[in-house]
Amino acid sequence: MGAITVPLQSEPRFVSRLMARPTSAAGVIVLVVIVLAAIAAPLIAPYAPGKLSIANRLDPPGLEHLFGTDDFGRDVFSRMLYAARTSLSVGFAVVIFSSIIGIVLGLMAGFFRKLDTPMSRLIDAMMAFPDILLAIALVAALGPSAINVVVALGIVYAPRLARVVRASTLVIRELPYVEAARALGVPTPIILVRHVLRNVTSPLLVQATFIFANAILAEAGLSFLGVGISPDTPTWGTMISVGRQYMDQAGWIMMFPGAAIVVTVLALQLVGDGLRDLLDPRLAKDI
Amino acid sequence: MLRSILNRLLGMITVMALVVTIVFVIVRVTPGDPAAVMLGPEATASDIEALRVKLGLDQPMPVQFLRYVAGVVQGDLGQSIFLGQPVTTALLDRAEPTIFLTIFSLLIATAVALPVGILSAYKRGSFFDQTATTLAMFAASVPSFWLGLLFIQFFAVHLGWFNTSGYGGPGASLAVRLNHLVLPALTLGLISSALITRFTRASMLDVLNDDYVRTARSKGMSEWRVVLRHAFKNALIPILTVIGLTAALLISGAVVTETVFGLPGVGNLVVSAVLRRDYPVIQGALLVIAGAYVLVNFAIDMLYLLVDPRVRY
Repeated sequence: MGAITVPLQSEPRFVSRLMARPTSAAGVIVLVVIVLAAIAAPLIAPYAPGKLSIANRLDPPGLEHLFGTDDFGRDVFSRMLYAARTSLSVGFAVVIFSSIIGIVLGLMAGFFRKLDTPMSRLIDAMMAFPDILLAIALVAALGPSAINVVVALGIVYAPRLARVVRASTLVIRELPYVEAARALGVPTPIILVRHVLRNVTSPLLVQATFIFANAILAEAGLSFLGVGISPDTPTWGTMISVGRQYMDQAGWIMMFPGAAIVVTVLALQLVGDGLRDLLDPRLAKDI
Repeated sequence: MLRSILNRLLGMITVMALVVTIVFVIVRVTPGDPAAVMLGPEATASDIEALRVKLGLDQPMPVQFLRYVAGVVQGDLGQSIFLGQPVTTALLDRAEPTIFLTIFSLLIATAVALPVGILSAYKRGSFFDQTATTLAMFAASVPSFWLGLLFIQFFAVHLGWFNTSGYGGPGASLAVRLNHLVLPALTLGLISSALITRFTRASMLDVLNDDYVRTARSKGMSEWRVVLRHAFKNALIPILTVIGLTAALLISGAVVTETVFGLPGVGNLVVSAVLRRDYPVIQGALLVIAGAYVLVNFAIDMLYLLVDPRVRY
């Protein structure tokens, strides 16, 4: 039996509409470049990220070292490329993990009337904790590691997605096609996935883009504080944390990774804004 | 009115109870024995056992929970292992820089965001609007700790206008303490002004085209009176919401910013507690901050009732 859903826009048209907006197009292009640079890090990086060279310690940016060297004479540009891998994959993993929890909680709260009040209160309570602070506490309890940073931030951001999914589910639940599916005897789990979830994807995608941006900022914050990923692993946050001690003599060590965060997060926000205007016209208030 | 207040009050109490439960659970998700983790690898079995008894970890889980709740209700958040003082005292000792920082940042953020947001909406599409919108998006992408470091480098090291870090040491006068707060408050305030600016602009755009605004204009009212008295007043509710949200974000930002500027506040206390695995302190700080957030939100909901008589809960 074919699913009775509102037809989704075909993909090529959707992408071209997104790219027709100059700001969104700029965001997409910058993101693609950063992701490709991270993937191709071993090919692009002029030096190995951990290659020590005490003779070239704290070299300023130049032809030899594009973004200069750090306190161990390691090439800042090469380390930044490898750091992009960690920072981006942590951010992406947070999006996936929080989406899974958020979808399950949101569908349950939105679809089953009896569960709505208790689940909504739980979501409210979880949103009462400031993101970095809750993440710090969770990482402290679970132990510092990249995986636990993902788990902690996933738990932190899941309620935001749950809220979005719940709100859409409340509306979709009442639509005739869901009623029709129910009347035809379609089992509830199938209704949830095929009829409800498919139509929640638009607001979910918009929210997920912003969570990606927030997760990159939060991971950098945790790593900077020394309560996240181990300082030996290059991430943009740990690089800033190291560079901080040499701010006077070698500002470039912290300048470039910080700029990388700003550019990546800005690009994600531009894409998120574009997606919201295209997919969620109700929310598109010209912000 | 009374019914609305009671409804919100009931909702708030439920959320508070859940917050306490979450805080209790967080420390229990630690793999292994929290007492052993806190004391580190060199601890003897009898030390660990003694700490377990001291923390009540030897009791069954429901008993631990009831004890914890009973303590919280009486304002007892437990004992810090490393500081050797009650968590409540530790938090109170460090409350001032955090509270000042949050208030000043919020003031800066609002003082920047409201005029910029209103003017942006009023002159929609103008050069000013485009610049402000771009800057707001840019500010929302900057990590607060990084901006803080840049400010220290420029304003404190390069220009020598402010101190690089600290809070003036014990017994410093209020003026000295406030001087230490200028840069951190500027950092946090500018970053959080982004969100408020965007919402103020959007909210003003919503109302500027409404009929009553046109009517006010046609009556020959002065422009700024139309914008401020008629439009802004009606745009206020979403703006209030986002200011409340920002207050919560500021507390989160304060944790990181305090560390950058070496301010002896709650944020710094939490970070050092994490590094020392001082769980009671982490729990206490989480509870107080989340509780403050719930209360601020409740206060904002109550403000709605005053601002907009149509609001009912």
